[in-house]
Amino acid sequence: MSLKRPAKNQPQSFEFNNSSLEEAKNIISKYPKGKQQSAVMALLYIAQRQNNNWIPLAAMKYIAKFLDMPYIKVYEVATFYSMYNLSPVGKYFIQVCTTTPCMIRGANKLVEACKEKISKNELELLGDKNCSWMEVECLGACVNAPMMQINDEYYEDLDKEKTLKILDKILKGEKPKAGSYRGRLNNAPENNRKTLLDLNNA
Amino acid sequence: MLKDQDRIFKNLYNDLGSDVNASQRRGDWINTKEIINKGRDWIINEIKDSQLRGRGGAGFPTGLKWSFAPRDVGSRPHYLVINADESEPGTCKDRDILRFEPHKLIEGCLIASYAVQAHTCYIYIRGEYFLEGQKLQNAIDEAYKKNLIGKNASGTGWDLDIYIHYGAGAYICGEETALLESIEGKKGQPRLKPPFPALVGLYGCPTIINNVETIAVVPTILKKGGKWFASLGREKNTGTKIFCISGNVNNPCNVEEEMNIPLKELIEVHAGGVIGGWENLQAVIPGGSSMPLIPKEKCETLTMDFDSLVNEKSGLGTAGVIVINKDQDIIKCMARIARFYKHESCGQCTPCREGSGWMWRMLERMAKGEATKDEVDMLGDVTNQIAGHTICAFGEGSSWPVQGLLRHFKKEIKERNKFDPVVEENKNIPYLVDQHLLDKNA
Repeated sequence: MSLKRPAKNQPQSFEFNNSSLEEAKNIISKYPKGKQQSAVMALLYIAQRQNNNWIPLAAMKYIAKFLDMPYIKVYEVATFYSMYNLSPVGKYFIQVCTTTPCMIRGANKLVEACKEKISKNELELLGDKNCSWMEVECLGACVNAPMMQINDEYYEDLDKEKTLKILDKILKGEKPKAGSYRGRLNNAPENNRKTLLDLNNA
Repeated sequence: MLKDQDRIFKNLYNDLGSDVNASQRRGDWINTKEIINKGRDWIINEIKDSQLRGRGGAGFPTGLKWSFAPRDVGSRPHYLVINADESEPGTCKDRDILRFEPHKLIEGCLIASYAVQAHTCYIYIRGEYFLEGQKLQNAIDEAYKKNLIGKNASGTGWDLDIYIHYGAGAYICGEETALLESIEGKKGQPRLKPPFPALVGLYGCPTIINNVETIAVVPTILKKGGKWFASLGREKNTGTKIFCISGNVNNPCNVEEEMNIPLKELIEVHAGGVIGGWENLQAVIPGGSSMPLIPKEKCETLTMDFDSLVNEKSGLGTAGVIVINKDQDIIKCMARIARFYKHESCGQCTPCREGSGWMWRMLERMAKGEATKDEVDMLGDVTNQIAGHTICAFGEGSSWPVQGLLRHFKKEIKERNKFDPVVEENKNIPYLVDQHLLDKNA
């Protein structure tokens, strides 16, 4: 099991803004009447996006009222799933996959790069760097290993040098281009393609 | 090698574009109406004839699963749920289907929904695949606009709504009942079975749950015929499968191949061979991290399908092939997998919650050579106390890789861990030492 604790400094109140409110209502309509609790995961995401990428306790209370469900149930969901950040993270949130398929292709070098450029420990917010990093479990891009995720985008086929360059760009406030960093076509074998070559007849 | 015209996923690498027009040129949505007009029984029988087995890991026959849905819709509506919570380390096939072949999936959803009489379909996508989910949402919007789904979908008279539900980084939600709990807005902790979801599933209603790849191959099977699909591969292990070859190979890739393909061909031809040559191969995990590894000697002749891998005491699982060469420390690799399972245990059953951490800590010590001799056998004991003693299959999934390691690499572990038990003669202080370290005969 993974352990997660809410941040110490919590804002007093939280409310959805107009666009969040509209999105939330739209999501609730996806589920049958009376089953609005199903929307709790999506609403937590909305709260997270609205509140600089983390969820304060006040937001959980607000969502509980919004969906007419007990607060503890929202708290349970928010602490169970690993993608809800219960304490502040950087504007650029870097998640390095270190599970075995990435590990055997050198994911520890990516971790080294993060330690050098961002912070010594995971989830540390230093100065005005605007970013934090953490190791995560398999992100499901194993044939593009080693890889990392920055906010919603995947950065694939990395090594230490390329990671350092990406981090440099981020620290300067630029957004590096996502995708493969060896220039390969998605998940196709590099320079060794044997299938689906004759696409006109395929 | 499989002929290109027999490949189902022609846009696996996105050469052709994934929007609705490009998909229609490839043959999606062409005669959906005619297929559905042939009726429910015809569809289910054709899928049974094709001997399609679920692509999510367990390999349950899909036609049989669909026939479990009640024949008549009672007071409770039926649901179809698509499992796109792909989190098994080594697997990344569903991601490509969501990105590049979304219309195959949506068309499959329509046919499957009709076959199990569902008007609502939820697609559960793991939260990390946010962009892939958006691409799928775009494809769903396109399909609504063209009236391929929605009211009177494709002119068949069947109404279907498809919604996406995002997960949030929990591996366990790939287990079907945990996935249902998650859609209901709860923690993803698996339910006891029976009752099976086909009778009591989402919101207590009959629910059929299928993997993305399973549903995405359905339209092609029905268009080309179950016999065509059954002619590929071998008896009971038919058709094609997307293999994900990762780890220490020269060209890691996803490739669609025939079932029963030799593992050596998969690695040598498609993935460009093992780094350092075939002789440098140490072991292969054939089906995602939950499946026991297979040592090099057996890889020479191994064929990749459900039954032949079971004969090797492993499994095809999700067909995520992780290749490990001799430059890697195999114990460390397995310790990392054990850490993954320790992190992802949902915490509901004690043997799994405690045991997964126990296995991880022991393996970490064994990788460093800090364990004692008899701990090697003790580790085997721990795995046996987890597997089969939990609500869901996570217990097996977490202990099988460790059992595989012990089965094939016990010698290596024993060579590295030569310590005698710490305490032999300290009979005077029994409370200060671990009881299991005391020599029983002393």
